[in-house]
Amino acid sequence: MHPAPSVILFTTLSGLGFGLLFFLGLGQPAATGTVAFVFYLIAYALAVGGLLASTFHLGRPERAWRAFTQWKTSWLSREGICAVAALLVMGLYALGAVFLDSHWTLLGWLGAALSLATVFTTSMIYTQLKTVPRWNTALTPVMFLSFSIAGGALLAGAETLAPWLLTLAGAVQLAYWAKGDGALAASGTDLATATGLGSRGTVRAFEPPHTGSNYLLREFVHVVGRKHAQKLRVIAFALGFVLPLLMILAPVHGFVLKHVLAALAVLSHMAGIAVSRWLFFAQAEHVVGLYYGKR
Amino acid sequence: MEGGQMTELPNSTDRKMGLVIDLDTCVGCHACVISCKGWNTENYGAPLSDQDPYGADPSGTFLNRVHSYEVQPAPCESQPDPAAQLIHFPKSCLHCEDAPCVTVCPTGASYKRTEDGIVLVNEDHCIGCGLCAWACPYGARELDLAAGVMKKCTLCVDRIYNENLPEEDRIPSCVRTCPAGARHFGDLGDPDSDVSKLVAERGGIDLMPEMGTKPVNKYLPPRPKDQIEAQAAPLAPLLKPVAEDAGGFMGWLDKALDKLPGGTN
Amino acid sequence: MTHHQPTLDTSPKVSDEIRRTTCYMCACRCGINVHMKDGKVAYIEGNRDHPVNKGVLCAKGSAGIMQVNAPSRLRAPLKRVGPRGSGKFREISWDEAISTAVGWLNELHETAPQKLAFFTGRDQSQSFTSFWAQNFGTPNYAAHGGFCSVNMATAGIYTMGGAFWEFGQPDWEHTKLFMLFGVAEDHDSNPIKMGIGKIKKRGARVIGVNPIRTGYNAVADDWVGITPGTDGLFILSLIHVLMKAGKIDLDYLSRYTNAPVLVNGSDGPQKGLFLRDENGKMLVIDRNTGQPTPFDQPGVRPDLTATFDKDGVTHRPVFHQMAERYLSADYAPEAVADRCGIPASRIRAIAAELARVAFDEAFELDVEWTDFRGEKHSKMTGRPVSMHAMRGVSAHANGFQTCRALHVLQILLGTVEVPGGFRFKPPYPKPIEAHPTPHGDRRPGRPLEGPHLGFPRGPEDLLLDEDGTAQRIDKAFTWENPMSAHGLMHMVISNAYAGDPYKIDTLFMYMANMSWNSSMNTKGVMEMLSARNDDGGYMIPRIIYSDAYSSEMVAYADLVLPDTTYLERHDCISLLDRPICEADAAADAIRWPVIEPDRDVRGFQSVLIELANRMSLPGFTNADGTPKWKDYADYIVNHERKPGIGPLAGFRGRDGTQEGRGEVNPDQLNRYIENGGFYVAHIPEGADYYKPWNTAYQDWAVGMGIYDSPQPYLFQLYVEPMRKFQLAAEGHGERQPPEHLRQRIRHTMDPLPIWYETDQQGNEGFTVNALTQRPMAMYHSWGTQNAWLRQLHGRNPLYVPTKLMREHGLKDGDWARVSSPHGEITVPVMEMAALNENTVWTWNAIGKRKGAWALEPDAPEATKGFLLNHLIHELLPPKGDGLRWANSDPITGQAAWFDLKVRIEKTTPPDDPQESKPAFAAQESPVGTGPKELKWKVGK
Repeated sequence: MHPAPSVILFTTLSGLGFGLLFFLGLGQPAATGTVAFVFYLIAYALAVGGLLASTFHLGRPERAWRAFTQWKTSWLSREGICAVAALLVMGLYALGAVFLDSHWTLLGWLGAALSLATVFTTSMIYTQLKTVPRWNTALTPVMFLSFSIAGGALLAGAETLAPWLLTLAGAVQLAYWAKGDGALAASGTDLATATGLGSRGTVRAFEPPHTGSNYLLREFVHVVGRKHAQKLRVIAFALGFVLPLLMILAPVHGFVLKHVLAALAVLSHMAGIAVSRWLFFAQAEHVVGLYYGKR
Repeated sequence: MEGGQMTELPNSTDRKMGLVIDLDTCVGCHACVISCKGWNTENYGAPLSDQDPYGADPSGTFLNRVHSYEVQPAPCESQPDPAAQLIHFPKSCLHCEDAPCVTVCPTGASYKRTEDGIVLVNEDHCIGCGLCAWACPYGARELDLAAGVMKKCTLCVDRIYNENLPEEDRIPSCVRTCPAGARHFGDLGDPDSDVSKLVAERGGIDLMPEMGTKPVNKYLPPRPKDQIEAQAAPLAPLLKPVAEDAGGFMGWLDKALDKLPGGTN
Repeated sequence: MTHHQPTLDTSPKVSDEIRRTTCYMCACRCGINVHMKDGKVAYIEGNRDHPVNKGVLCAKGSAGIMQVNAPSRLRAPLKRVGPRGSGKFREISWDEAISTAVGWLNELHETAPQKLAFFTGRDQSQSFTSFWAQNFGTPNYAAHGGFCSVNMATAGIYTMGGAFWEFGQPDWEHTKLFMLFGVAEDHDSNPIKMGIGKIKKRGARVIGVNPIRTGYNAVADDWVGITPGTDGLFILSLIHVLMKAGKIDLDYLSRYTNAPVLVNGSDGPQKGLFLRDENGKMLVIDRNTGQPTPFDQPGVRPDLTATFDKDGVTHRPVFHQMAERYLSADYAPEAVADRCGIPASRIRAIAAELARVAFDEAFELDVEWTDFRGEKHSKMTGRPVSMHAMRGVSAHANGFQTCRALHVLQILLGTVEVPGGFRFKPPYPKPIEAHPTPHGDRRPGRPLEGPHLGFPRGPEDLLLDEDGTAQRIDKAFTWENPMSAHGLMHMVISNAYAGDPYKIDTLFMYMANMSWNSSMNTKGVMEMLSARNDDGGYMIPRIIYSDAYSSEMVAYADLVLPDTTYLERHDCISLLDRPICEADAAADAIRWPVIEPDRDVRGFQSVLIELANRMSLPGFTNADGTPKWKDYADYIVNHERKPGIGPLAGFRGRDGTQEGRGEVNPDQLNRYIENGGFYVAHIPEGADYYKPWNTAYQDWAVGMGIYDSPQPYLFQLYVEPMRKFQLAAEGHGERQPPEHLRQRIRHTMDPLPIWYETDQQGNEGFTVNALTQRPMAMYHSWGTQNAWLRQLHGRNPLYVPTKLMREHGLKDGDWARVSSPHGEITVPVMEMAALNENTVWTWNAIGKRKGAWALEPDAPEATKGFLLNHLIHELLPPKGDGLRWANSDPITGQAAWFDLKVRIEKTTPPDDPQESKPAFAAQESPVGTGPKELKWKVGK
């Protein structure tokens, strides 16, 4: 798939934002007043910023409101509804925390649940696609959720949980790559089934239907070199998991140093997740590429 | 109610209108591609636009494209050194019964018609998110860059019932124009229809059946090729020489001429 | 669960009006329905009533709308202001353009008409343009046939009075075995596709003989990936096997061909010519009497075996010579297999299948008919084998004889003009005797005495002056190519440049992209067109060019006369020319302006009439000095070639009720328009097969004005005019070939088909065959600039067979240097498995010159696309004999495009820019470039 910056930005930022909201909803940290305001500002900036970014790839963004109507079948529609619900509920909850110095626990739990649900619905947009075997696995929501929660924990300053969650997310990432690399081959879809000509012999794409480009080639056919991908995976893993872990586990003392390291850990994690997401899209082999001989 | 439709698939459709494409006959001329482009630029919804049409990177929206594939048969006893075959392969929306492009649509713009099973995009409701194209394994949908909405084969829904057209022309433009007659249109839900019979006779197939999309459109596989040597073996007696040289040939000829109408025998 | 869906208007208005005219996106001439909205072209579809396409339409046809709005359309007459080739022009008025042209031409007409060379390319008005040239008085006129398929056309006409394509077609209704030779994505596009579709539906077998398995050959049931240039050998081997097995139609051969005609066996100037009686009738031995008898005498039973002894000399029938030649082991499948690249077993299998279908699947139609000898037949015997061939066999230096061999094969099987076989389309069949001979006289101020192009019967018809100098600038009808019936357009520029045989003043061309894809040696042609002599003037002093689009050739013209697009003009697809007939009907058609030009352009034919009127050319001028016609539409209606016979055969007579012959009908064009732009006259049942010998057909054809009198004839297995040239080469007769050509004429002008290896001298080290074909979506179309079509084919790789890819370590997208004895190109490659293992090929004419066709200079056509033409020269490599031999068929002069041999080597991609080589400097576009986006919708 074409790794569109808007979609990478969206999934990276909103994943983090809703991860943070999840923790905030659970009362972690149980901040109030200005501190709470800063946390919620960060969470909303990430979540809303991500959602806004996602509209950049729409052909007709002015009609985006229509996307709330199809919750019965469409994960994209469900995502929109969940996101709005999560933002509204957590907004109320934030009002309590920032201005009324109170944490309405039940509301927080609801908001936390909705936040996670949002991340889950986002992941299901990709998971549901049989056309992308790499995504069409239960590991996809596991990955989105584990990344979101780990990032949220990092942002929320959940010192005890964060290392465990980062470790878990890192493990999921490794499993995801390992499984994904064989997904297309394992799916049973190839040029033989795509053309129905497999029983006659070995099928090879000859002349393309057009010598120029088109929407399908631009959107679905993105080929990443193997070496390049490996390099990016190392970078993503180091930035996303290894470095943040080292930084938050570093035996340092002193408020400033600790917070500087924590901030660096967050930035490193975000960068790592962004790279991971780039790979998530760029390496997602859509079966339509078979028709063009590009798989 | 306007805006109230759901991208749920209908439980069943009254008819299953679709195309049957004969890979044995398609010569790969692209007539269907351009006829489709012409009709659908002028008709249903936004025109099919072209970007950089006279420049370095021309590209545009097409609803039907013709691929080509080479097939190398495995050697066997009757064909120890089989020649590669070339197969032209037109591809457009297959109007699937379980159309994943419809259910993923967040706005209800994509839908499958109950009366004939045609999968359509209501362009007024489309936000151009592209998810339906992601969900389609066949590459049947293309986002039009000028209009910002998703375009796809309409099975010429604005032709097949069009009372402003003569009855014989109420078929998709690609079918009407196909010079080789490699495209057939009809109700694949009716086992007695011409297209259903054709599919039964020729062993019509689905593309990517494992995707579970249940395509309505079917493809007729090419007939076996390059069989002449195997088939001609029983014909060898036909070529038994009547003579070995010109002299002997003349002798045979003289007798043969007598056997002609008006001959002496 | 309720399902909601929007309410759709499924009966939207389609158009305000349908205007029916004739397509011109290629040479098929299909009928089209042009849907109009708000006075603009909204949609184009095929016309269901039209005899050619019956409703279907190809990609080009449907893309016509993008041709009519193309930014490359010329807008006004242009006068060159920069050097030739630069593309620098200034727009001028038509007054100035016409005055300029008349200023140049009138003097030539009055003093030296041969100094005008007038050649038209994809001209569909040749009966008119030749009429103009004839009345101008120049012998230098032809269209593009010489570099297209003249071998096919000429071999067909000399052999059987017609060839493929517009001359004839398979009997699609009945044929059971259809064999294609060298038909790639080639001539007669829609009818062949329709026919293949039709016969495949009934399970008939299609055999494709072609080094490349694309298009029709891809759908063929059996593919014969033959080595280029060996088709003739393959066909003669089929003939060998069939004759040897006695699987030939003896009845047919004895009745309808010259197989039984006696050949003079006496040494001397008559040797090898036919024995004739005092009336000039060919003689056969009547099997009833054993006596020599005129071939057409009622009751005669021509004998294929009997000889005739007289004065101690044995005169033998043609068939004797055929048996002697073709039964020779030289033609056994085993002897030819390696050279043809076809296993002997497959040659035998194909022969067996031909025999089986022709004889075991023979059938009869219960239709009575009477032959030219007066014999009545109660049935028509069908032999359901049909064949079709085109440039693949034609564009070789042995192409004429190969095409002859193919027709002889058809005739031996008895499958021409019989049910299930190959059928002629009116005005064919037409024997050689009914065709004119060529004319080349040059008389200032007076018309040529007859048509330029014709069919020589012998050396006496060559266009040579007393001293042996060629009369025509292209040296057609000379000893170098005696039967060059379509002229040699590909030689005009190099001869004009060299002043050989003489200098010309003005080169006038129409729709002929000579400075690009229509020439061999493209770079050389560009140089010749812009070469200057010592005093700074151009070697070819003046060039006038007419085209509707900003093609590469425009840049080389001094004066450009902008033509209209095909929807803005009158045209006439006439029985006098190359009509749209079917095997069972005569038909012709028109174009008419379904839209008016929005630019200052004029139909070329109307411009020719205006030029003729300004010069008062004979033929265009009444006795009182007034012009006969004001424009082309006027000519189409009011011109009479002979009394009662005009360009259009339909709706003749004052009331429009006559067909074929009849008075001028002033309302004729309107009647055509009402009828869909065409007219069909059906051949009556019983007259529709056996046409060359069928009295009912002959009488119908006379009534239609196709013949002046019945013209029954025999198929010429043995071509006597060729023997006459051979006799000259053997030293007989007054007109003698020059010594250096004597041996070649003796060898190649064999009156029975032969196969010979084309000249390979100079090809040492170049071992790979290189071919081109045009893609179906662009075949014969005038312009890659079409916004829709260029997305399908915007660049072209060199297709390389798997074996050569491996040998050279190539993979898709790599670059290769391809060289020939003449030049080299550097191009991207792509692997192809379904390809003769020693042949490479590419799509022709995708490559464009930067700046042409209103494309951006970085268009892929100009950067990645390429022409194979750079590797092909109009002359063969020097042999060291001091002479330069043409790269053409020695009989017809057909350009031997497909004799090309190359060498390929892997190379690094050209860097900065990564473009195919050779690259040429950009031309300035006289029309700018196109828009950045197209959203073409004319209706609301």
